[in-house]
Amino acid sequence: MIILEDKKIVSSKFHIENSHTLSVAKEHGTYSSIERLFTLSSEEIIAIIKESHLRGKGGGGAPAGNKWALMPLGELKPSFLAVNCDESEPGTFKDREIISKDPHLLIEGIICTCFAIKSHTAYIYVRGEYKEFSNILQSAIDEAYEAGYLGENIFNKGYKLDVIVHRGAGAYICGEKSALLESLEGKRGHPRVKPHQQECEWYFDNPTLVNNVETIASVPFIVKNGADAYKEFGTSSSPGTLLFAMSGHVNKPGVYESEFGICMMDYINHYGGGIKNGKKLKAIIPGGASTKILTADEVGLAKLDYETMKALGSSLGTGGMIVMDEDTNMVEALKNLLEFYHHESCGQCTPCREGTGWVDTIMQNLLDGVARGEDIEKILEISKTMNGQTICVFAPAVSDVIDGFITKFRSEFESYVREDLT
Amino acid sequence: MSFNFNDDNLEKIELLKSKYPKVQALSLPLLWMAQYQDGFISLEAIQEIAKICETPMMEIYKVSTFYSMFNLQKLGKYHIQLCKTLSCKLCNKDDVLKSIQNELNIQVGESTSDGLFTLSQVECLGSCGTSPVMQLNETYYENLTPISIVEILKALK
Ligand SMILES: Cc1cc2nc3c(=O)[nH]c(=O)nc-3n(C[C@H](O)[C@H](O)[C@H](O)COP(=O)(O)O)c2cc1C
Ligand code: SF4
Ligand code: FES
Repeated sequence: MIILEDKKIVSSKFHIENSHTLSVAKEHGTYSSIERLFTLSSEEIIAIIKESHLRGKGGGGAPAGNKWALMPLGELKPSFLAVNCDESEPGTFKDREIISKDPHLLIEGIICTCFAIKSHTAYIYVRGEYKEFSNILQSAIDEAYEAGYLGENIFNKGYKLDVIVHRGAGAYICGEKSALLESLEGKRGHPRVKPHQQECEWYFDNPTLVNNVETIASVPFIVKNGADAYKEFGTSSSPGTLLFAMSGHVNKPGVYESEFGICMMDYINHYGGGIKNGKKLKAIIPGGASTKILTADEVGLAKLDYETMKALGSSLGTGGMIVMDEDTNMVEALKNLLEFYHHESCGQCTPCREGTGWVDTIMQNLLDGVARGEDIEKILEISKTMNGQTICVFAPAVSDVIDGFITKFRSEFESYVREDLT
Repeated sequence: MSFNFNDDNLEKIELLKSKYPKVQALSLPLLWMAQYQDGFISLEAIQEIAKICETPMMEIYKVSTFYSMFNLQKLGKYHIQLCKTLSCKLCNKDDVLKSIQNELNIQVGESTSDGLFTLSQVECLGSCGTSPVMQLNETYYENLTPISIVEILKALK
């Protein structure tokens, strides 16, 4: 078995007792990027982040520096940072680790980011269910205010910064960045129609940057150590590390940070202790429920980086792997996911709102033994209508999920079909 | 019946107003506040929130029905929210559900006759590495088994 060397940028303090408190966090190096930060200009910081090739860790993998560069640096309008801690993608549970085990690292990252984009207000949008964990985060923020790290004149550098935790209330779609901002404006979490040109996001018509918790938590390392230090981890096109995670049929499920580019199976064996109960692997959903499923054969070829996952027709997503053993019933598994998507569709687009419901119903018919052969084709047809004609990428992702399960495990679906029905 | 935020909350609302560029942004924080104050969100509370947020009542109503954690009805003292999504399902959440149903004699969506427990199934709680998981009111209970869940429920009775 391959032994992997631990590479930790974001999770280096997770194992330390009371790492969520200011004194312990500081003792172990948190806030040590601040000194260098204030010697740099906005343009210089953005250039360093661009040069590091830091990619967004909320699922999309967008280059962070390019997004930051879309923020107007003039002071005509206030600008905002919205940190995405909605974390509702099934199989994903990494941001929770950051806000409960190293919240000061996130605050440090927020300070760096806001200083770079000249913002004086950051909101952290935390999913409503994470109340226990956002309480820990709030205590850390309170401590930071008391220490003068947040507030009117942070670190006595003449810079004002407020950080506000905003609690969601149970809606997966609010993780989509424009839905998040709608929700933060006090409305239903309905994704907005995307503009044709590249531009920043808008909060009450003010320029706004949305980044995932882990993306922001990666920033202090880069500010302190430089872009090259970050690029020493991972591969040339997927540099750095990610808080990959495993759930389902593995012996040691959990969140384990790793650099990009290692073999998926090595990760599963080294950190996850292999498949539960000595069973054989059947399939893995690689990066949160909304990424295309991989068969065991494909998993054998998979490496944990953006390029390899794309070449396999799937994507790295959030890095949250859902592992399924040989006894997993794929029809039941897909039905389970469709219930999720049907429940979570925001309902604005007809193909998404109706499509998820129709497929969910047909899947139920399959399981009830009242579906015909043509129903499988029907599912694939409905799935096609969901791809490419909706406001956000929720529906195309569902379409991919359906397509993956049915094309890769078709015989299992066919075994539920009743040909004798007229 | 009318609804008024208590003095403590009124003070908090003033503070909240200073944290957002527009008062409309307060709808979620205020819906939470009303739910904590009364245990659920009444139409009267929605009316009051609409006034504070300077927005039509229907807007707040729309918001309150969009988010699954807002309760427009009173629930049992303990709200069991068992995760039903894939990782929990793979780790046998169905056995845990059966165990809850046997212990409390209720189906999903129902409350016990003494008003102590309400049973719901919810979507992924973001705790898949320690599945099966439930949230009991605001507390997570992880790595549940059909036996451990009964012990947890018994202790609450
Ligand atoms: C349906 C949907 C759900 C999403 N959920 C999340 C989420 O829970 N957390 C998150 O950080 N990003 C989520 N995203 C991605 C965000 O839209 C956005 O790209 C991300 O927060 C940007 O941050 P990053 O570039 O740092 O990853 C979601 C996207 C979609 C389409
Ligand atoms: S694709 Fe689905 S989730 Fe996205 S905006 Fe349309 S209806 Fe809403
Ligand atoms: S699937 Fe149950 S917590 Fe994620």
